[in-house]
Amino acid sequence: MLSDRSPLSLRAAAIGGLLFLHLPILLIFLYAFTTEERSFQFPPPGLTTRWFATAWYDRPDIWPPLWLSLRVATIATSIALILGTLVAAAMTRTAFFGRDQISLLILLPIALPGVITGMALRSAFGIMDVPFSVWTIVLGHATFCIVIVYNNAVARLRRLSGGIMEASADLGANAFQTFRHVLLPNMGSALLAGGMLAFALSFDEVIVTIFTAGSGAEAKTLPIWMLDELIRPRQRPVTNVVAIVVFAATFFPILAAYYLTRGGSETAGMGK
Amino acid sequence: MSAPAILPARGFADRMTATFWRHPRVLLAILLTPPLLWLGVVYLGSLVALLWQSFYSIDEFSGVVKQEFTLKTYAELLRPSNFDILVRTVIMAAVVTLACAALAFPIAYYAARYAKGHWKAAFYLGVMLPLWSSYLVKVYAWKLILAKEGIIGWAAERTHSSWIIDGLLSIPGLEGSSLSTSPLGTFAVFVYIWLPYMILPMQAALERVPNSMLEASADLGATRGQTFRTVILPLALPGVIAGSIFTFSLTLGDYIIPQIIGNSANFIGMAVYQLQGTAGNIPLAAAFAVVPIAVMLVYLAIARRMGAFDAL
Repeated sequence: MLSDRSPLSLRAAAIGGLLFLHLPILLIFLYAFTTEERSFQFPPPGLTTRWFATAWYDRPDIWPPLWLSLRVATIATSIALILGTLVAAAMTRTAFFGRDQISLLILLPIALPGVITGMALRSAFGIMDVPFSVWTIVLGHATFCIVIVYNNAVARLRRLSGGIMEASADLGANAFQTFRHVLLPNMGSALLAGGMLAFALSFDEVIVTIFTAGSGAEAKTLPIWMLDELIRPRQRPVTNVVAIVVFAATFFPILAAYYLTRGGSETAGMGK
Repeated sequence: MSAPAILPARGFADRMTATFWRHPRVLLAILLTPPLLWLGVVYLGSLVALLWQSFYSIDEFSGVVKQEFTLKTYAELLRPSNFDILVRTVIMAAVVTLACAALAFPIAYYAARYAKGHWKAAFYLGVMLPLWSSYLVKVYAWKLILAKEGIIGWAAERTHSSWIIDGLLSIPGLEGSSLSTSPLGTFAVFVYIWLPYMILPMQAALERVPNSMLEASADLGATRGQTFRTVILPLALPGVIAGSIFTFSLTLGDYIIPQIIGNSANFIGMAVYQLQGTAGNIPLAAAFAVVPIAVMLVYLAIARRMGAFDAL
């Protein structure tokens, strides 16, 4: 007889696995309140909230990286939204020569290890004499954000019946009106979800960014700032405060993307 | 008076619509040109340029890149110091993949077969949030955990089991003053960070195993263990392989984790980073970068044979 109840050991292993995935992140929160700033002593010798004030008032080095990361993520997401939607629109309706190759090409930036993408772009900038700037960072980020938007858009377009486009044309709408009044409202939530995931991915990216950012202080994104603090720590709890901010900046968009596409067969975030 | 069946074109937009209708390829070209310029020219161009440079070599005396075709740089990969890096990285990727598969299976199996309603959503979000949440924050969390004075050391001291950790840290090859400076730490962090990438495709594959097959197996007298070995595992294998593509490829290319946690032994990613940066040896860095690509191509070819792509 096949039982519908799970064996206790399986349930314990499954829930243990989930805890293993989540408990380490909780420690980040705990250590933001510790009074010990030179080591990672556990349990913390005392609790304080002063690191939040320190991060806000006394650490001007945090703000430029934060703004840079927000700016880069916003621009990269916008570019990815446009390019990702264009490819998705082309790939759903028609079969054409080279279609499989194009879908492989879109996947490539996240299928290959980031160090290869980063190094390829850096050496190309070197060959072409492109100086490092915000735009070289954006270029790298948009390249791997396209696939995130594309995945969400293409899943929604497949579900959309072609009939409504024909109905729109029959009623006298031209291609641009159909796009504006029929296609866009139907794709809105999928694009928003894709955009949020792309934003989270870009805001947090470090592996490609190190290669495309140059070495100046003005090219420091928030993850690069964090990496510096990891290698040469000072005021460790302040790093935790920033880690909480970074965590929140990725956590809420992901949650929103999940709720935006929930219920369909194409819930956002299945592949990173 | 009757309206005309075909409305006259009222401007540029209408004329464009008519063109799109008569020549669908025009629309296709307009849609595809910007993304293909970006990905096909800028990105693919950079990749090809990188591969190209791996066939150049560096002049040992002047340090200048000699721009003529040679396989000398690839031969350098076989030098013991460089070959060690390749072997170490591939072994680490293989061990991490196996550990991820073992840890992921109960979670994926429970979520696919037993979790219902709210629990199902909880499991889904419970895997997806760690997948997407900040990579550096997760690495940092493990620096806190593995530090000598951190939570593991504290728990071991409280339970009088510090000797287990000390014993592990004295095994040749795994030495370190604490877990965070031992290859064991590097291994643990790799497993933690890539685990969600294994769970999701595994769960997708397990969800496609029909319940009727499990019932049939039970009706024919198979024990739980037999059903698992002869029915569930073969049917879930494509999902396991799909997940292993991620864990394997991501471990091959990572250079942040071994830099922060571990005994700073070199991995492929770190070698690429150092060679192109401080050492300025772009040809050798490019040759190193070709290794993960080649390993992954072989791996993907095997995976395709075993039907892993249906599970992606």
